[in-house]
Parts: sequence; C-alpha cells; structure tokens
Amino acid sequence: MTPRARLVLGLGSLAALGALLLWAVGGLPDFGHPRGPYADLAPKIMLDERHVTNAVTGVTFDLRGFDTLGEELILFVAALGAAVLLRAQRSERAAEEAAAAEERRGPATTDALRALGAVLVGPVLLLGIYVVVHGALTPGGGFQGGVLLAGALLLVYAAGQVAGVQRVRPVALVEIADAVGAAAYMLVAIAGLVFGVAAMDNVLPLGTTGSLLSGGTVPVLSVAVGVEVTAAVTLILSELVDQMMLRGRE
Amino acid sequence: MFAYMVAVWLLLVGLYGVITSRHLVHLVLCLGVMQASTYVLLLAIGWRAGGQAPIFADISSRTPVVDPVVQALTLTDIVVEATVVAVLLALTVQAHKRFGTCDPDALGALRG
Repeated sequence: MTPRARLVLGLGSLAALGALLLWAVGGLPDFGHPRGPYADLAPKIMLDERHVTNAVTGVTFDLRGFDTLGEELILFVAALGAAVLLRAQRSERAAEEAAAAEERRGPATTDALRALGAVLVGPVLLLGIYVVVHGALTPGGGFQGGVLLAGALLLVYAAGQVAGVQRVRPVALVEIADAVGAAAYMLVAIAGLVFGVAAMDNVLPLGTTGSLLSGGTVPVLSVAVGVEVTAAVTLILSELVDQMMLRGRE
Repeated sequence: MFAYMVAVWLLLVGLYGVITSRHLVHLVLCLGVMQASTYVLLLAIGWRAGGQAPIFADISSRTPVVDPVVQALTLTDIVVEATVVAVLLALTVQAHKRFGTCDPDALGALRG
C-alpha cells in the first residue's frame, strides 16, 4: 500500500472512530459524579478495616492486590525480555573488550552536570526510600518510589560517571533484586492461603492507623514492589545505555 | 466533559501518529500518547466535584474524595505502558541491527 493510500484510509477510519468515541462519551457518567459504589466504599474500607490512610496504595496492594501481582510479573517478564533481546546482540560484538576500557573512562561531561549529579544522588535516593516505605500513609508507594530509586542510579550515569554506574549496578545483583522482589510478593500472596482464608488475604496485624507499620501486608508489599521496580527499571535502562555506548563507537 | 474530549483527542492523534509513522521510535512514542488517553479517561471518570485526594493522612475521614479505585487502575496502566515501551524499544534496537533501518515500511517484507 502506498503511503498516500494508507493516509486516506487512515484518516477515514480515524474520523469514523472519532464519531463512535464521541457517541460513547455521551454515555459516560456525568463529569464530577463517579457512578460506582466503590468510589465511596473503597476509602471507608481502607481506613476502617485496613488502617491504611492512602486509599490508592490500599486499593493497589489489598483490594486489587491480585491484579498487582500480575502487574508485577508483567514488569518482571518485560525486564527479562528487554535484557534477553539486547544482550543477544551485545555478545555478537568482538569489540567488547575495547568497549569496556572506554566505559571505564566515561564520556566527557561538564563540571556543572557532574557536580549537580553528585549533589542530587543522595537526596533522590533518600526520597525514593521515603516514598516506598510510607506508601500506606502518604502519597507514594512501591511503584513510584522504585522509579525514583532507579532514577538516582540513572543520575549517576547522567553525570557522566559511567564507570560509577558499572560499580553501583553489578548486573547480577540487580537481577537478584528483581527476582527477590517478585518472589516476595508471591510469598505474601501464598501466606494468605496458608495463614488466612484466601490468597492475598491480609494476615499481618493491622497496627495503629497512621503509624509506619499500619495496614498489615500493605507496607510489606509496597517494599517488595519497590525493590522489584528499582531493579527492573535499572536493568532495562542500563541495557539501553549499554546499547547507546556500543553504538557511539561505531 | 472536557476531560473526556481530551481523552478522545489523545487517542485519535496518537493513532494518526502510528499510522503515518516513518520511524519505529516515533511509532513507540505515539503508542505512548494513545495510552495517555486511557489515563485521562480513568482519572476523569473517578473525579468528584470538589473532592480531595483519597489520602486521609491529614484530612477528616468524612471529607468527600475522588475515586481511589480508578487511580489505582491508572497506576497499573502506567506500569504496563512503561514495560510495553521498554520491550518495543529493545525490539527496535534489534530491528535496526538486523535490517539497518527503523522505517516500518522498509521492514514490511519477511526475510529469512
């Protein structure tokens, strides 16, 4: 099909799809008035029966905990897939030894970027840990904090200290953390079967509302997801960074 | 109402980008724009007029809040999008290595 024919066909289809979507918008709930009962029930259940003040994290790791199990495994498999795809290619290269020598030197970056990176790594790491462990109380949770933690590692790279990234991110350790995070989530899910009535049952003591360990399994799962997301995002980003450096030498 | 229109617009404009794309990285990012429409749609459905964020750390438990269920769904949505983009970009790197091009049209034919 020529690009022109495809464009004509595409625009026609888009117009038809747009008309259908606008028709569908007419059937959506009135803006500002959620229709389902869960909009009211979920925060109440989280607060009264789970002692969790952050209803979003509560829903993610308790009411919808089983979905999040699947979501976490998607992330695990995606990191695995990206690593397999990119590494198969890397091994094809004979010049990897030379590459390693160059990686140790690292690309030249400005002093300003280097200093900013060095200053920000600590605070971003701390913020990431804070967001992960306080997921049940205040805005945040394992996914958000995990991305922050991986961002701190990427900051080391952005500051041009690629050699530093190679040291901070021993690939084997990242892979193990990835697997441990996923496995910990599975174990908590199974613990519900063993000690409770069903998988993902919240079997831990609920604690006092507002304290760090309130919410039973919710903060535990938040930390498990935090570890997994940090490792998976670091793995994916570092594989892509490796690709970029291989390409830069061609 | 306006937010629903934004969701429709993002889906259509992203799909237009996918259809006319001449580069795989551009195509993957257009897919991201399409998926952004689902975030807007979910958050718009759960929004309550005058509602607060559903976090009771420092507000009364009787305060009206927006729907936390769709916000959790949006979180799932974002994670899935990130993983899809990661795998697609890895495939793009692989395609460029194999065939020397990132133009989707040039990659149409099967090669052994």
